[in-house]
Amino acid sequence: MSRKPLVRECPPTTWYFRQPRYMRYMSREITSIFVGAYCVLLVVGLQRLADGPTAWEGFLLALQSPASIVFQILALVAAVYHAATWFNATQKAMPIQIGEGFVPGNLISGAHYAAWAVLSLIVLILAGVF
Amino acid sequence: MAKSHKPVVWFPFAAGGTVIAFCMPVIVLLTLLAALGHAPAGLDYQNMHVFARSGLGKLIIFGVVALSLWSSAHRLRCTCYDFGLRADTLAATVLYAAAIFGSIASAVFLARI
Repeated sequence: MSRKPLVRECPPTTWYFRQPRYMRYMSREITSIFVGAYCVLLVVGLQRLADGPTAWEGFLLALQSPASIVFQILALVAAVYHAATWFNATQKAMPIQIGEGFVPGNLISGAHYAAWAVLSLIVLILAGVF
Repeated sequence: MAKSHKPVVWFPFAAGGTVIAFCMPVIVLLTLLAALGHAPAGLDYQNMHVFARSGLGKLIIFGVVALSLWSSAHRLRCTCYDFGLRADTLAATVLYAAAIFGSIASAVFLARI
């Protein structure tokens, strides 16, 4: 071994500050923390629902604490950011070929956005928001 | 052909990512409305109970919760690695175990309703 091996320096905890695109990647990664924590909240809610009306009312009341409201706003931002980046990626992840050409990428992403809007609207109507 | 256990991890991850993208924003919006004192009628105990009692309701709730848990566990594992935690086996074990535990707990709660 006479040659020096190539050692690429990569600081394991701060590498993403180097480039805006790394920062964008990491900002998407961080959404998983809020979404994951919110999933735990859902499981707790399910337990309260199984425990009966009093427990469920207590759960809804506990949601009204300021810390819970701040957390849910962050979770909402994280969930929407996850959804938008996920739908934007669909055109790269599953391009659709028809004959020689490909379906325009924006059409694939756009169809996902439209389906998302319709589904969300249906859930809101079924939940009695309007 | 070489066999890999990766698809087992990957399929629920991709399915969960899709479920989170489509369902999570509106679910968070509903609980946020309740938190702000504008709980929609659908979140009343009576309505939630009827929904969670039906077979379709149980299937929807379990599907959303379990797939979201699994997808989040997988993403958190990657996030841990990206933030410099190199103990990947440990992170994977803890997070996947938590996701499996949460899924089983959800199934038990649903069975009790």
